[in-house]
Amino acid sequence: MTDTDITPGTPDVPVEATTARTEPAGPRPLLPLPLTAARALTLAGAVATAASAWLSWTWTSAFPGDLTVTGYPGGLQWETFAAGLLTALFALSGYGVRGLRWLTPADPHGATLLAALGGLATTWYTVIAIATELGGLANLTTGGWIAAVASLLAVLGALALPPTGIGGGLPRRGDPDARPDADSGAGANAVQRALAALRGYLGRRPAPRPAAPAPIAVHYLVILAVVALGLGVFTYGIDANYGELFVGYLLTTCFALWAAQRAGLLTRFAELNNRHRAWTTTLAFLAAVAFPLTQSNDHDANVGVNILIFATVALGLNIVVGLTGLLDLGYVAFLGVGAYAAALVSGSPYSPVHGTAFPFWAAALVGAAAALVFGVLIGAPTLRLRGDYLAIVTLGFGEIFRIAVQNLDGTSGPDVTNGPNGIPQIPDLSIFGFNLGNPHTIGSITLGRFANYYLLMVIATVIVIAVFSRAADSRIGRAWVAIREDETAALAMGINGFRVKLTAFALGAALAGLAGTVSAHVTYNVVPDPYQFAGPVAPNSAFLLAAVVLGGMGTIGGPILGAALLYLIPEKLQFLQNYRLLAFGLALVLIMRFRPEGIIANRRRQLEFHEPDDAPGPVATPGTAIGTTTDPGEATGPASAQAGA
Amino acid sequence: MTTAATPHTPGAPAAPAPGTPLLEATDVVMRFGGLTAVDGVSLTVSEGEIIGLIGPNGAGKTTFFNCLTGLYVPTQGRVSYRGETLPPKPFKVTAAGVARTFQNIRLFNNMTVLENVLVGRHTRTREGLFSALVRGPGYHRAERESREHAREMLAFVGLDHKADHLARNLPYGEQRKLEIARALASEPGLLLLDEPTAGMNPQETRATRELVLAIRERGTAVLVIEHDMRFIFSLCDRVAVLVQGKKLVEGSSETVQADERVIAAYLGTPYEGAPPDEDEAEVVAAEQAAGAEQTDEETTA
Repeated sequence: MTDTDITPGTPDVPVEATTARTEPAGPRPLLPLPLTAARALTLAGAVATAASAWLSWTWTSAFPGDLTVTGYPGGLQWETFAAGLLTALFALSGYGVRGLRWLTPADPHGATLLAALGGLATTWYTVIAIATELGGLANLTTGGWIAAVASLLAVLGALALPPTGIGGGLPRRGDPDARPDADSGAGANAVQRALAALRGYLGRRPAPRPAAPAPIAVHYLVILAVVALGLGVFTYGIDANYGELFVGYLLTTCFALWAAQRAGLLTRFAELNNRHRAWTTTLAFLAAVAFPLTQSNDHDANVGVNILIFATVALGLNIVVGLTGLLDLGYVAFLGVGAYAAALVSGSPYSPVHGTAFPFWAAALVGAAAALVFGVLIGAPTLRLRGDYLAIVTLGFGEIFRIAVQNLDGTSGPDVTNGPNGIPQIPDLSIFGFNLGNPHTIGSITLGRFANYYLLMVIATVIVIAVFSRAADSRIGRAWVAIREDETAALAMGINGFRVKLTAFALGAALAGLAGTVSAHVTYNVVPDPYQFAGPVAPNSAFLLAAVVLGGMGTIGGPILGAALLYLIPEKLQFLQNYRLLAFGLALVLIMRFRPEGIIANRRRQLEFHEPDDAPGPVATPGTAIGTTTDPGEATGPASAQAGA
Repeated sequence: MTTAATPHTPGAPAAPAPGTPLLEATDVVMRFGGLTAVDGVSLTVSEGEIIGLIGPNGAGKTTFFNCLTGLYVPTQGRVSYRGETLPPKPFKVTAAGVARTFQNIRLFNNMTVLENVLVGRHTRTREGLFSALVRGPGYHRAERESREHAREMLAFVGLDHKADHLARNLPYGEQRKLEIARALASEPGLLLLDEPTAGMNPQETRATRELVLAIRERGTAVLVIEHDMRFIFSLCDRVAVLVQGKKLVEGSSETVQADERVIAAYLGTPYEGAPPDEDEAEVVAAEQAAGAEQTDEETTA
């Protein structure tokens, strides 16, 4: 989540002035209510929403999560509770309650509205799901009705608060600066007027107030709290074991993040993060390591491993697509090369080179090196092409890899891959006598097989992140970005375009190959099928590209977040089965329409797509990476947890 | 323009001996199918010279530039720099010591000003991928030196206060300056400027003139394409006129200005019975009109 906040240098809209105790002089809210009434309504609605989560919502426990208990929330009710609580906190902060003002440094009322909308979405989704799944509104108890009404009241109350954003809201009557489109005409323009009013809540927001000075220890504690919260939120999402709960989770989290962005908290955290990068990185790493310890069953650790494999491959692709600007549609082939190379030397009885059992470090090197060689072999002829032609040729090579692997079974060629049967029974890894296949008990915590592999993948991910960030912030990384920006000019600046592009291609391939070696051992076998262009399961070329583009090209956090989302959503929403690709297509179109720079934008791309009206200030402190740093603050909350997870 | 602050760099010889030929283009011919865009042009640029290249639109000036810098491979002819034939690859030409700017500005828009100049340093640094991954002391030293040099270049063109801005956010005149700084970062012995004052107002043009003179002071020879005649004739030691791919005349400003063929190429030959004395103002107006038009020539390879 990044902020579309305007850059410093724009006159700061004094928040104090617009949220003054008396009737504000700013633009009018959407719903005409006295300020006091609006505040009371919002707060009452928010508190009632949170409280209603403690009531029983339905008669039977047929709806998953058991929402029948009065006196304790269950399942989706927790999400309603969280949203209601957040709304109440933002609302109180908007009133200027002492001790809570820090929650909304930028736009209190916009944040309140978004949090309230999150509560409305989650609660109404739950209520409607109960009614449809159990067959009728009769299945709702009074508690359910209270929740629905309370969440609606909170939204209505928030809409009656005067907008604190820039340039929105209804102009006051007789206002000389009134925008003609906002106040002209009557009924015919109702929609236009409503949109104009909403702009005040959701449009451009003022820059956050500067943070009050605080001791360094407080900074560290805040970062610790945010990372812990992120880990908690991420773990909750992984644990969400039925579709309804996960949908509610997505709704609540998205609105909560949006509200936090609106409130200016994400910008604040970004500042903190920039100042204490080492601390944040350490904590994110610790959070990633801690993740399997929070899991009671090994299935969730398996999800974690798969997300990490997917994410590291996406990071490798990010070098090719995000930094160098080469569209590679056959990238998953390199994951396959790594996996097959590792399987061949794993000591599997079915491996055509039986008896060769390399230790893991050697197998990893072999996998990465094999992928690198293939990268050079495929790159050398194709990288002379530009743009669409390159995309088409890489798409072709990706398919050639899969079909070749399918046919190298000894009948139509040498027996290298066992054809469609693949190489099964790949033994578990053993590192320093520590067999990753067996559960290990450390103190009172048992690490299962997948938890072991998860920890191995965390190390691999750290290596990949280090390689990515170091390569990006260097002479060669600048050359990549220069080629992406303008290849002709880059050539004229003395950059050997072909060689530099080949380096990017080979490095990306090697990173994918490294991930492939682990993935071969995690899944016990390698078969040609998964390495296709598009398919319903996560690591295929289309999904990899989607993870990079959706998450944010050229960043570190982006592809990791994108990979987590693209893996978790199909995994959790099994009921979408046949519509998954449709839903993805739709989501991608929407994201590209409204956030073309990806969920986590690097500063530069954001400036590219959302040109501010005024001349912006400097973008980076000298010495930071080009267009690549996960603008760390941008990767708050779940992102930083996922940076490790 | 802080010329004094800039020390001599390895690429620019400490004592340029004026008169030594630097760039020699001999009978360069460039054909695109049936069209001969450049037809047997020879040109010599010596150390410490500022040479102007003028001609009406479509005369082949930019194509000639592209032949010199390796973006095009000339159909015939030879281009040599310091006595050695230039390879027909743009990056090798830059490495040899010939840098250029583009007619339509081609900056790396989404990189910062400093990063743009650092990219210009590419040929003068050697750190590869491995060195970037290991980050030894040598890497840090090279990176620090690159940054220092890049900042010097920015100070030279007067952009040091904008080092951390995105290139795309600079105003037009500063983008031109940044392009020159980026080209200078490769420590060229010869700088090719393709219409450096296009779209500039008189003050900016004057500043650019000062900048070009300062570049010469640094020991870098300059070959400049321009439509602004006042700029060319007040700046250049020699001027070559290209018309329809052929070099019409080459010589000092006075020689070229007085040459009737040049006037004819720009304004056409007077028809029978035309008033003998054309108004001076009209000539000036025509020159300016020619300077304003700049769209029909493309630099793309």
